[in-house]
Amino acid sequence: MMPLPKPLQEIFQPPPTPGILGVFQYLDATLDAIKELRAGGHTDFTVYSPIPRHEIEDALGQPVSPVRMFTLSGGIAGCAIGAWLTLWMSYDWPIVLGGKPVGSVPPYVVIMFEMTILFGALSTILGILFNAAFAARRLGTIQYDPRFTNDRFGIFVPADARKSAAVEKLLRDAGAEEVRRG
Amino acid sequence: MAEQQSPPSRLTYDYVTRTIARTLGSPSRGYFVLLGAAVALLTIGITTLVLLIRYGLGLAGYSHPVYWAVYITCFVFWVGIAHSGTLISAILFLFRSGWRTAVYRTAEAMTVFAVMTAGLFPLIHIGRQWYFYWLIPYPNERGLWPNFKSPLIWDEFAIGTYFTVSTVFLIMGLIPDIAAVRDLATGWRKKLYQLCSVGWRGTNEEWRHFTRGYLYLAALATPLVLSVHSVVSWDFAMAIVPGWHATLFAPYFVAGAIYSGCGMVITLLTPIRKLFGLEELITVKHFENLAKLCLLTGSIVSFSYVTENFVAWFSGNPHERAAFWYRAFGPYWWASWTMNICNGLLPWLLWSKKVRTNITALFVISIFVNIGMWFERYVIIVVSLAGEPYTTWTNAVYNPTWADWGIMAGSFGWFFMWFLLFVKNFPAVSISEVKEVLAPPRSKISRVHA
Repeated sequence: MMPLPKPLQEIFQPPPTPGILGVFQYLDATLDAIKELRAGGHTDFTVYSPIPRHEIEDALGQPVSPVRMFTLSGGIAGCAIGAWLTLWMSYDWPIVLGGKPVGSVPPYVVIMFEMTILFGALSTILGILFNAAFAARRLGTIQYDPRFTNDRFGIFVPADARKSAAVEKLLRDAGAEEVRRG
Repeated sequence: MAEQQSPPSRLTYDYVTRTIARTLGSPSRGYFVLLGAAVALLTIGITTLVLLIRYGLGLAGYSHPVYWAVYITCFVFWVGIAHSGTLISAILFLFRSGWRTAVYRTAEAMTVFAVMTAGLFPLIHIGRQWYFYWLIPYPNERGLWPNFKSPLIWDEFAIGTYFTVSTVFLIMGLIPDIAAVRDLATGWRKKLYQLCSVGWRGTNEEWRHFTRGYLYLAALATPLVLSVHSVVSWDFAMAIVPGWHATLFAPYFVAGAIYSGCGMVITLLTPIRKLFGLEELITVKHFENLAKLCLLTGSIVSFSYVTENFVAWFSGNPHERAAFWYRAFGPYWWASWTMNICNGLLPWLLWSKKVRTNITALFVISIFVNIGMWFERYVIIVVSLAGEPYTTWTNAVYNPTWADWGIMAGSFGWFFMWFLLFVKNFPAVSISEVKEVLAPPRSKISRVHA
C-alpha cells in the first residue's frame, strides 16, 4: 500500500486488526469453513474471493446491498432535475415555438429520461464506493494475500490470542492449505 | 452465470489471470507500427482541423442545400459503432449469456472511444469550436436558455449521458481486474494499478456492493443505449425533409447501430486475439455468436430498407417518392447501392455456419459491414438533402473535399490510438468474468466432509 497523508491514512488505512487468515484452494472447502465459523458464532469474518460466487453469498447469508437505495434516489433526483431544468428554463424566458405551449412536457420527457439515467448511474457508483469504503473502515487493516485476486479463496477471522488456536484448528479442519496468524 | 459442463483442463483461474496479464507486457514492434499509423492519421486530422479553423468551413465540400454532410455522417457512424459495446456488456449481462464475458471488455472500451470520437464531430461541424459552451444550459446576462423542444439539445443530453455512463460502467468493471494485474505487476505499472484499483481486495463486502451496483448500472445502460440512437435518429426524423421524416427511424437506427458495432467488434477482436495469443479465451464460438448478432440486426436493417421504400411508394406522397427514386437512380446511385449490397445482401452469407466459423471471412465481411453502414448514413443525410425537392437549386451535387476526408481519417486515428493505448495498459479481456463462467475449483474430499 502506498502511504497516504495523515487524515486520509486514518480513513483508508486504519490500524491492523489481529486475527487468523486461512488460504483455501477450493471453493467447497471455503464454504465449509464459512458454515463452521457461523455455527461457532463468528459473524465478523471476511471472505476473499477472486470472483463473486452465489454460494459464498448464500453461505454468508448477507442482506441485500444498500446500493439499490442510492440508485433509486439518484434516479428520482435526476428525473426531477430534468423536469425542473426544462420547465423552469422555458418559463424563465417564454418563447412560443411551433405554436406549442411554452412548457410542453412530451419533448421534455427525453431530457428527464436522460437525466434519470445519468444521476441514477452516478449515484450507483457513489453507492458502491461509499459502502465498500465504510466496510473496509469497519474491518480495519486486515491480512491479505495477492493470490486472492488470482486463484485462491481466503477467510480472515479477527481473533485475539485467546481464541486464535480454536479458529486456526477450525480453518485447518475445513481444508485451508495455509493458515497465518497476524 | 451458466457454467460450462466440462471446461478444458488448461482453463484454470491461474491460467486465465496469467494469460490476460501477459497482454500487458512490453509492446511488440507490430504494436508500435499500428500505434504509429493511428497517430499519423490523427496528425492528418489535427492539421485539417487547424486549417478549418483558420480558413473556415468553406474548405469542406458544403454546398446548398447540403449543409449536413460528411461530419454529421461520421458522427452518426461513430455513435452507431458505440452501441454494440453496451449491447454486449449490459444487455447480454442482463440476459445472463455466458459467452459475452470474453469479448465484452473490448466491446465496452470500443464504446467509450467511439463516443469520444463521435462527440468531436458536432464540435467540428459547428465551425466555431470555441463557442461550444453555447450548447450547454448556463446562466447568462441575457437570460437565454436552450430550446428543449429541439432534438439537437436532446441529442446533446443523450450523448453526454451515454459517454458518462459508459465510461463509469467500463471503469467499474475494470476495478477487480486491475486489482488482479496489480497483484502480479512490478515497477511503474504496479503503482499505476494500485492507484486505479482503489484498494480492491475482493472481500465479500466489496463483491456484495459491486455485484448489486453493476447489475443496476447494466439495467440503467440498457434503456440508455436504446434511447441514444433513437434520439440521434430524431435529429433527422423530427425534420420534414423527405427521406428523414419517418417514424421508423428510431428502431431502424438502433438496429443499424448494433449491426455496425458488432462488425467493428469483429474487426477489432481478430487482430487482438492473434497479437495477444488469446485463442483459448476468445474462441470461434465467440465469433460465431457475434456473427449471429450481425445476422439478426442486419436482417432488421434490410427489413427497414424495404419498409422505407414501400412506405415512400404506398404513401402516395410525390416528395417521398421522388426522394427515394433520387436515392436509387440519381447521381448518388453508387452510394445507395453500396449500402444496399453491404447491409442488405452481405448479412445473408452469415446464414452459413461455414462462413460464421471462418474468422478470415468474418473479418472481411465485418469491414464491408462498416463500409456499408457508413454509406447508409451518407445516403440518409447527404442524398436526402441533395435531392430535396423544395429548394430552387434542386438536385445540387455535393462532393466531399480533402477537408472532409482529412477529418474522417483523423477520427479513425483518434479512435485507434485510444483503443491501442487501452489494450496495452489495461486488461482487454475481463479476468474475473471469464473465471465466472469456468467451473470453480472444488475438492471431492471436503465435499464428503461437508
